[in-house]
Amino acid sequence: MKFPVPHDVKAKTIPGTEGWERMYPYQYQFVTDDPVRNQYEKETFWFYDGLHYPEPLYPFDTIWDEAWFLALSQFNNRIFMVPPVRGVDHRMINGYVYISPVPVKNPEEIGSRVPHFMERAGHYYKNWDALEAKWKVKMEATIRELEAIDIPRLADMEDISVVMDALGESKGYHLLKNYDDLINLGIKCWQYHFEFLNLGYAAYVFFLDFVQKLFPSIPAQRVTQMISGIDVIMYRPDEELKGLAKKAIELGVDAAVCFSEEWTEVEAGLKKLPKGVEWLTSLNLSREPWFNVSTGTGWFHHDRSWNDQMNVPLSGIQTYIGKLKQGISIERPTEKVCAERDRITAEYRGLIEKEEDRKQFDELLGCAKTVFPYVENHLFYVEHWFHSVFWNKMREVGAILAEHGIIKDVEDVWLLRRDEIKQALWDVVTAWATGVTPRGTMTWPKEVEWRKGVMAKFKEWNAPPAIGTAPEVIQEPFTIVLWGVTNTSLADWAAVAEVKDPSTVKEFKGFAGSPGIVEGKARVCRTVDDIRQLQEGEILVAPTTSPSWAPAFAKIQACVTDVGGVMSHAAIVCREYGLPAVVGTGHATKIIQSGMMIRVDGSTGVISISR
Amino acid sequence: MTQAAKSASTGMNPGAELSSAPELCWFEEVHKEDVALVGGKCSSLGELINAGVRVPPGFALTTHGYARFMRDAGVSGEIPGMLEGCGHDDLDQLESASRAIREMIEAHSFAWELEDAIAEFYRKLSVRCMVPAVPVAVRSSATAEDLPGASFAGQQDTYLWIRGVDDLLLHARRCISSLFTGRAIAYRIRMGFPHEDVALSVGFQKMANSYTAGVMFTMNPANGDRSVIAIDANFGFGESVVSGEVTPDHFVVNKVAMDILERTICSKEITYTVDQKTQKSVKIETPHERQNVQSIIDEEIVELARMGKAIEKHYGRPMDIEWAVDKDLPAGGNIFILQARPETVWSAKREADAAAAPKATSAMDYILSSLLTGKKVS
Repeated sequence: MKFPVPHDVKAKTIPGTEGWERMYPYQYQFVTDDPVRNQYEKETFWFYDGLHYPEPLYPFDTIWDEAWFLALSQFNNRIFMVPPVRGVDHRMINGYVYISPVPVKNPEEIGSRVPHFMERAGHYYKNWDALEAKWKVKMEATIRELEAIDIPRLADMEDISVVMDALGESKGYHLLKNYDDLINLGIKCWQYHFEFLNLGYAAYVFFLDFVQKLFPSIPAQRVTQMISGIDVIMYRPDEELKGLAKKAIELGVDAAVCFSEEWTEVEAGLKKLPKGVEWLTSLNLSREPWFNVSTGTGWFHHDRSWNDQMNVPLSGIQTYIGKLKQGISIERPTEKVCAERDRITAEYRGLIEKEEDRKQFDELLGCAKTVFPYVENHLFYVEHWFHSVFWNKMREVGAILAEHGIIKDVEDVWLLRRDEIKQALWDVVTAWATGVTPRGTMTWPKEVEWRKGVMAKFKEWNAPPAIGTAPEVIQEPFTIVLWGVTNTSLADWAAVAEVKDPSTVKEFKGFAGSPGIVEGKARVCRTVDDIRQLQEGEILVAPTTSPSWAPAFAKIQACVTDVGGVMSHAAIVCREYGLPAVVGTGHATKIIQSGMMIRVDGSTGVISISR
Repeated sequence: MTQAAKSASTGMNPGAELSSAPELCWFEEVHKEDVALVGGKCSSLGELINAGVRVPPGFALTTHGYARFMRDAGVSGEIPGMLEGCGHDDLDQLESASRAIREMIEAHSFAWELEDAIAEFYRKLSVRCMVPAVPVAVRSSATAEDLPGASFAGQQDTYLWIRGVDDLLLHARRCISSLFTGRAIAYRIRMGFPHEDVALSVGFQKMANSYTAGVMFTMNPANGDRSVIAIDANFGFGESVVSGEVTPDHFVVNKVAMDILERTICSKEITYTVDQKTQKSVKIETPHERQNVQSIIDEEIVELARMGKAIEKHYGRPMDIEWAVDKDLPAGGNIFILQARPETVWSAKREADAAAAPKATSAMDYILSSLLTGKKVS
């Protein structure tokens, strides 16, 4: 199967963005001046990773892409020696990331990697729980290190202690060093991220694959249901909100908690009440670490945490107080979920006709259940907790750059690459030390303005889902998960990517995320702030959801997302609550408007709009 | 034959001095073991009723009744002579022998005792259905039919929308004579099956006044997947679906979770319905505005799938089922099973595959071999 040639796509530069390449690492470019590399790029299959990157990357945000480029590839290719595949190569067009698994072509080499893989990966599978416990310790230590990093402001005169303690170092040096430490911790955190993930995905995806071979018509959501109900920390932030709602009623401060939509007003009111102070103490205990949950996926600098936006968790607590007051249970229906999981698993198992297949099913299901908690939990540690703290540390760096005139606003910092920031910090620090004006004050503000324009144009661009030449098979677990779980076929994928006139669409498809059919009024929530507008019984339509959206699920009767597969947050939560969900529709938030009557079929993935 | 069948039918056949075996019986008096008595179709209907499945009521002329008719008619004695020298490949000779035999059968009346007994059963059926001279389907129910691996299906006839005793008797004879089509005779000769050993039962079953009808497999006939139920449906009687005259609406339901996984609504150009004047089944063109309308509502699809699952569980194997939704009855009690037989195509294939099952391995080995194979794109 042939797709557009990458270089042809890239050659159609969007007017006004000429020179955009300088915003990203040079190795991410499709090239025409190197015949060997050019040939490789043409013969390779590149697909747009829309699951992680629904929007173009800001220059700074490219950090996580580079981090996983390294981490995933090294674990596959240099650490676990996955026999048929090396790493995953990356390119970028107009800020959108394209990836491609790199196969091992020589059969002899594949063969020679097998024993190493069995020994190395086998060690992880065999000792999974013990190694995962070790991982948590490493990860928490890394986050503590991150929290301790100080981004110092540069004073006109250094503190006297520098002299009295004979420190011998300035804040200027600390700023440079601590910025490096900050970046290095980020990279390290991503090393850990992929330590288990691909092995987990492999166990998971081949269990899915095996069951789908036995039952070709089984929806992926039913296979994932067989591993549902396992306690994962993704639910913990939401549980904290429920606990705080109960506590507020218990202490009789529920009226004060529900007094306003503005956290600052609520907090001020509570401080005046003795029981209010007690409640605030409970709240502060919940905030660390659970309110570090991001209101987005955590992949982007604009994904803020609950701690950054206290109105969001406040709204959740208020929803739960309302439910409790009406005598409605707010508990997760865990027992029901587990009972249904066991019934589904037993019934499918009972339909397996051959004894050997049944044994294989048990073996793979057991393995999938073992890896499942990591596959879910790493998200909280890395994408939520670490990233939320990290983005705010970077804002401190941005504040310094703004203070010294390199950029106009803290939020402009994301328009610089991380190596450019380092360079700019040198400019600032040397100018500060010397007592002159940084050169960047004249060059960067103009460049940042231009880059903002480029980003706006990139956002309008529709990234083609696939470019290059498709291979017959894919052997890289991460790619299979991205591909197989979120995309059943190339045709589906292409169809999702193309919507001509949103106002004429009457029906479109996504991935069946959670079964059931519901008709109702749509509510489009572009960000987590909007969930406050949700009315009881509406259908939530969102770009994607994350654990911070949890309170929304207490109000809605179905959910539709632009991005995500059957293992996405929206799909998992809807299955737990028995709500229909259609995920990964590509464009639901563009096609549907609040107030429209829509029909969501979570079994077939079809959304119909009454126009 | 079961106890129930023995006792319930005593006294119904006063002419049966030679044997205590019943010549007529109700469907609910027989079970699946009674193929020798009432043939595959009727015994299966009895089995379903006794399993609690909603089946339109009816009764059967048993193989004893058939044997008595053949004896009384003097047909049994003459047939061997009429077929003397027939080879299974001599079509002309077969056809003329067939014609003669069939004319002889159709021209002959039932003994009056048997006629009376049929009339009495029919009257009782009409009372049960609360319809005077209730319309019935008259079907042959062969003893060698419907067995897995030996599909005689379609070799005998079915007559729909039959009302009144005289018409019942006429079509019963037609069913019997259909045992002697040239094709059926040739088949028996080829298979070495003696004609005198052939036995037939005739079923008389209340016509479901179907709004929608069709077939259902308790597996996916496209890929053998046992975790789903596949349903084909069209408006009117099921004939249009069974005969393949329309491309029916197609649904795939998850057997475990009962959600509708696939829904294909086709353009269904014809409908079989009853002609109000003649009270006969007729084929009409479906009104244009209805051709692309889903012919069965979702709730009924799920209810049907539940029934299919229960039937499969009862028989312990995948089943091929005919069903109808009755338009005269209220929702919740309006879906009927008309027929159920074991599915044969995939059953045979599965048995052949059983030996070839790969050995189970550790998860680690399975992951490795899967990685080496990779996943097909597209």
